[in-house]
Amino acid sequence: MNSDFIQRELLGISAIWWREFKVFWREKSRIVSSFVQPMMWLFLFGSGIGASISVGDVNYRDYIYPGILTMSVIFGSVFFGLYIIWDRKLDVLKAVLVAPVTRISIFFGKVIGGCTDVLLQVLILFAFSFLFPSVNPWGIPLALLILFITSIALVSLGLALGSLLESLEGFQVISTFLIFPLFFLSGALFPVDDKLPVWLHGLMKLNPLSYTVDGVRGALLGIHTYPFYVDIGIITLFAAIMLVLGSFLFSRMK
Amino acid sequence: MVIIETHSLTKTFGKIQAVRGIDLNIEKGEIFGLLGPNGAGKTTTIGMLCTIVRPTSGQGLIAGFDIAKHPTQVRRQIGIVFQDPTLDTILTGRENLQLHARLYGIPSSVRNLWIAEMLELVDLRERADDLTKTYSGGMKRRLELARGLLHRPAVLFLDEPTLGLDPQTRARTWEYIRKMAQKEETTVVLTTHYMEEAEAMCNRIGIIDAGRIIALDTPENMINTMGGDIVAIATPEPPLDKIRSLPYVSQVKKAGDTIEITMKSAHLHLAELLSLIPAVISVEMRKPTLSDVFIKLTGRDIQVDAIENGESWVDSVARYRQRGK
Repeated sequence: MNSDFIQRELLGISAIWWREFKVFWREKSRIVSSFVQPMMWLFLFGSGIGASISVGDVNYRDYIYPGILTMSVIFGSVFFGLYIIWDRKLDVLKAVLVAPVTRISIFFGKVIGGCTDVLLQVLILFAFSFLFPSVNPWGIPLALLILFITSIALVSLGLALGSLLESLEGFQVISTFLIFPLFFLSGALFPVDDKLPVWLHGLMKLNPLSYTVDGVRGALLGIHTYPFYVDIGIITLFAAIMLVLGSFLFSRMK
Repeated sequence: MVIIETHSLTKTFGKIQAVRGIDLNIEKGEIFGLLGPNGAGKTTTIGMLCTIVRPTSGQGLIAGFDIAKHPTQVRRQIGIVFQDPTLDTILTGRENLQLHARLYGIPSSVRNLWIAEMLELVDLRERADDLTKTYSGGMKRRLELARGLLHRPAVLFLDEPTLGLDPQTRARTWEYIRKMAQKEETTVVLTTHYMEEAEAMCNRIGIIDAGRIIALDTPENMINTMGGDIVAIATPEPPLDKIRSLPYVSQVKKAGDTIEITMKSAHLHLAELLSLIPAVISVEMRKPTLSDVFIKLTGRDIQVDAIENGESWVDSVARYRQRGK
């Protein structure tokens, strides 16, 4: 572990990061749709439901704003990671994997690259937070931190699954059986409390993303079930496990 | 100076012995061709030298670094051009080289200069800032050659560098390879199914079959071992024994209605030979080529192999590795 080695690995990580950023910036249509879809949830879905219900003192549309931010992070991050299936099909990764850079560095470069993409999307959504009167703008830095840690976890999860899958057919399965349940069971669209059926409440307490939504909602709306250190502690643990699992599977990927 | 050195390099996948102890010495600056039928082990051998495949036993050194013990150092010393394009098509030509430069730790002070030089060398300066998905097959190949040499490797590995290109582009690609090899004194190790190209390009050739090197020499010397010229005679009833007993005939092969005779100084002895054969339909005389050497040594025609089973060594390595697990 001399300094030359570390310097080269860092340069390798930054190379992958740089590449992901270039690609993100080039695909403008992806940026637009990543912004339009959450906005549709907020205004078409949120305004509709919000016309007849509100949660506590908060308008329903404002109430799900933290949940929709989390949704953007869930979809953006996992799909970013899964995208390596496509990269491998097109042999884009082949030349990268024979470079004199460890697999773990390439993995980290991908994770940082994916998080950057996702957080840029989140920042665009934050720019429109003034449309939601209950949102406290001073809570944005804390919300951003929580979403960043969540993104690390989910990009790693996506890369882990992408390393295991050989074909794009698995994509649909993961979307149906993993991403949608993670989203619906996170409390993004309704409160996680005792009014829920016991089984549903139980499942939601097991979903690490419930703590993301709880933390972000706490930061932006002041409504939360757990203290911030519990939320941040749980998702950090989740991120750490996913990083280890992801780097392990990515290193073994053929 | 020896740049690649292997001692009893061996690889087994489960029960399959893919490579059975290869000893090679490749000199700096050489253009070395590794030829062999599919499944012969050239795939795995190059995979081991590129540190993609881990040797089971034996040793391999590239520029003094052990391929098993110091794969990262070895990777810095080598460039690889894969058979199928591996360019990032959403990046421009220049960006592809920038990505590569960072991955190979080229200092930022010289990065742009080296990239500009390489783009110049492969005549892609004017298209450097276009996305590579707009490039033709030949341009992609040239950019990959530039990429393979960008970090100034001691050895460049080329897997079927001209497969799938049209003849004109193929000829130009070889020109670039030769030019680049000369400029940087790079050692080139290549596999190809085009025997004429191997004959024209390579200083030395290793023929590998069933996991062993069965011949290792210059193309000229290999062709000389064929023992003279090849005469193909179409005739319904060849007197094979009589022909075989002639002192200047070294080999007789029968395929359908045609017999193929390898003989010394055919121009002197052809008349006598023909007088022994009652009904000659046609005669064809030619100098042997590397292709003949290959068929004689391996019993297989490499060109036919290529058509029947056109897969690259990288793919085969991937497949083998999967099976090995």
